[in-house]
Amino acid sequence: MVERALELSASDGCIVLADEGSTANLRFAGNTLTTNGVARSARLTVIAIAGDRVGVVSRAAVRPDQLADVVAAADRAAREATPAEDARPLVEGVPASAHWDEPVTPTDIGVFEGFAPALGEAFAAAEAGGRKLYGFAEHSRTTTFLGTSAGLRLRHDQPTGRLELNAKSADLKRSAWTGVATRDFADVDVTGLDSSLARRLEWAKNRIDLPAGRYETLLPPSSVADLMLYMLWSAGARDALDGRSVFAKQGGGTRVGERLAALPVTLSGDPSAPGIECAPFVMAHASSRESSVFDNGLSLSPTDWVQDGTLEALLQTRHSADLSGLPVTPAIDNLIMRGPEGGRSLEDMIASTERGLLLTCLWYIREVDPQTLLLTGLTRDGVYLVEHGEVVGEVNNFRFNESPVDLLGRITEVGSSAQTLPREWNDYWTRTVMPALRVPDFNMSTVSQAS
Amino acid sequence: MRQIDPDFLELPSRQLADAALQRARDLGAEHADFRLERIRSETLSLYDARLEGAMDADDLGYAVRVVKGGTWGFASGIVLTPQAAAAVAEQAVRVAEVSAPINREPIELAPEPVHGEVTWVSSYEVDPFTVPSADKVALLADWSAGLLKGADHVSARLHQVKEQKFYADTAGTVTTQQRVRIYPRLNAMKAVDGRFDDMSTIAPAVGRGYEYLTGTGWDWAAELAELPGLLAEKLAAPSVEAGEHDLVIHPSNLWLTIHESIGHATELDRALGYEAAYAGTSFATFDQLGELVYGSPLMNVTGDRTVEHGLATVGYDDEGVQGQSFDIVRDGMLVGYQLDRRMALMKGLGRSNGCAFADSPGHMPIQRMANVSLAPAPGGPSTEELISGVERGLYIVGDKSWSIDMQRYNFQFTGQRAYRISGGRLAGQVRDFAYQATTTDFWQSMEAVGGPQTHMLGGAFNCGKGQPGQVAPVSHGCPSALFRGVRILNTVQEGGK
Repeated sequence: MVERALELSASDGCIVLADEGSTANLRFAGNTLTTNGVARSARLTVIAIAGDRVGVVSRAAVRPDQLADVVAAADRAAREATPAEDARPLVEGVPASAHWDEPVTPTDIGVFEGFAPALGEAFAAAEAGGRKLYGFAEHSRTTTFLGTSAGLRLRHDQPTGRLELNAKSADLKRSAWTGVATRDFADVDVTGLDSSLARRLEWAKNRIDLPAGRYETLLPPSSVADLMLYMLWSAGARDALDGRSVFAKQGGGTRVGERLAALPVTLSGDPSAPGIECAPFVMAHASSRESSVFDNGLSLSPTDWVQDGTLEALLQTRHSADLSGLPVTPAIDNLIMRGPEGGRSLEDMIASTERGLLLTCLWYIREVDPQTLLLTGLTRDGVYLVEHGEVVGEVNNFRFNESPVDLLGRITEVGSSAQTLPREWNDYWTRTVMPALRVPDFNMSTVSQAS
Repeated sequence: MRQIDPDFLELPSRQLADAALQRARDLGAEHADFRLERIRSETLSLYDARLEGAMDADDLGYAVRVVKGGTWGFASGIVLTPQAAAAVAEQAVRVAEVSAPINREPIELAPEPVHGEVTWVSSYEVDPFTVPSADKVALLADWSAGLLKGADHVSARLHQVKEQKFYADTAGTVTTQQRVRIYPRLNAMKAVDGRFDDMSTIAPAVGRGYEYLTGTGWDWAAELAELPGLLAEKLAAPSVEAGEHDLVIHPSNLWLTIHESIGHATELDRALGYEAAYAGTSFATFDQLGELVYGSPLMNVTGDRTVEHGLATVGYDDEGVQGQSFDIVRDGMLVGYQLDRRMALMKGLGRSNGCAFADSPGHMPIQRMANVSLAPAPGGPSTEELISGVERGLYIVGDKSWSIDMQRYNFQFTGQRAYRISGGRLAGQVRDFAYQATTTDFWQSMEAVGGPQTHMLGGAFNCGKGQPGQVAPVSHGCPSALFRGVRILNTVQEGGK
């Protein structure tokens, strides 16, 4: 399909992306299955280039007899377009993927054949223990073929799996959440996860009401992931250059090179990071502020966004890199945060806390002020009070107002890093390695009565 | 009379449905439904009057949903042959069988009259996909260029969707529907003295065609002409004084508060816990139906799948249930929920009120929002009259940031702009504001509701819900309204500055 589309194009240049997708999912609530499903998808995106003009047409389920029409539509769109300011020569010289011609292997409901019985046993254990389990298991496999008239033939196979598990007491007053990312569900220990949730529900039997205010807070890796992802999504070089983001420098330019964190934290992306491997080349189906269709096929290499506490790079296309004079650093589909060597586990951080809050996860995070990247959101599924190194009970939920950029400058401890699943953003992003953080003065703006 | 596009009607919907439904019956399914969908979408993005991104997409596929042995099974496919459709039905049955051991609640559906073969088309004049993209880009570029005379940067974005659905079920209902929706939004940004701010148009997303951009349903010329001046005023405005204020809220802002604090809170699947692990539950639990004082006696809220130009308006939902209008809050009291067929039967509520929706052929329908709207007061006051009743307060226009907890109770919203009200008059804009409240406190503080002349239909183009995630369009009509003693935050202070 890709080869034929490239042949059919009458434009100066052509890029074709073919995505073959398959998904399987199970959803459950109150110790029973609620919905489920399997789905297949196929999408062909033809990007035609006429001089410095570009036309993008994307169609699902294209049959061979429809291919000429799709390519013609893209060619026509390119001719009729206004000039694209991000226009650049097509990427060349990237070696073809060795598995270009291998058959696509879809996922299906069989991916849960080992997991589903274990989940059923967890339901039974939860029922016996007076708990209710809620959650979602999803596995997907997407194969993307990228071919260009400049000769690129690249392919990427991306398996993505996630399990969210939420345990509640029978009266639904106490709640605890956990989640894991997985590539194949073979490594998911649902029994162990349920046990950890049962422990937290026990903690929650002692209820402590605290007022709004600033508290020393331990942010677990999942919460850190949700905050750092928002920061990454706000790190487009174009917006910074235009003076409209937290990474804009007063008087012009970007804040690259500026120290953001007192501690030597590093925030990076790495396509080959173990367990969270992702696409090693740019796959851009449309141009935007942070991506350019002309960059399709550009090789991705490990990139530090923040290095030893200093802002090192922003999300760049070749176009924005020309404008900023900084290296080309396109987005990468994983995110890794690390602190100094010897970071402690979350359990050890709890043990050394005199008095502070231990959050489980953050929710409904939205931007309030782009200039400072002030975000608002809420805690959910367990805020615990730690006193003298031990969890002493569950605290009411809070609404917070905080900026992740500001937080970086205030953290006093960075724990050891491990793979984690973001809570709020795992619809979009599952591949993260994060530490726990200690923040001396996290701003809990109001009490939330939700439980 | 608008017609369904011939190229959709030419697809082999009937043959695919017959093959799938028959195969499901043969394999012992108690219920099966088939949905063929084509979703055409185009997004155009401009920055500083130049085209930045364009995407023209067309999704086509079909879904088979079955109930087998009291368990759901769902599968979707893309190959348009009867043999492939039958195979997808087999997959759906297999999914039900694999899932059955972990299902403890047998699935049954509320009865719905069989509607036979029916068609429905939404209310629009010009199919946006008949307008050349170059013309649309030229219009947006022209508007952007105008704004750039008073702004440093301008972004413009136009979303357009045409949704075509064929539905058939084993009971005998066969629906074919087509609807169009459109959402233009422009944003102007300016920096002064090391501070930047932006302001977006407040024109809502609507269930209209391209005529919406050429003078029908919104006065673009007027809005675009005043935007740079409003942005300049905002940049020069003083920071808001935190504390309790009376608020007059324009419908361009209030629609989103309704969406979050009423629309989602009165979804029965949430109230019953089916969204508990993800989007959350609801403070408006089922045991409070008919007893919960949601808001002031002036508060009357309906769910409506029939309102003209509504983003959630349909002839029939994705379970073959006819679109309806129904009460959710009457005289301040919770009196109804949004339902699908399963939950309507489960809670003994009779017929579903038609709130099942799937956003693509790859997704199973879930309970989604009707157009949830606050009724204006017949003969009620104008916005100016509402403002005149405030000694010290704010008048808030346009939606911006929003966040609400997982039981739809504690919320925080900002807006495009806020004006100080002093002695019943507007006294210039303020900045750095957000309002924060709990749902029932807020709605119980509603002291006056504007008349029909203040009414406007706002809307969300892509409301997210469910796992796997789905987006749904939904409108919310409301008048201007007056709220007493709402907590206002200064967001600069919140940020610790």
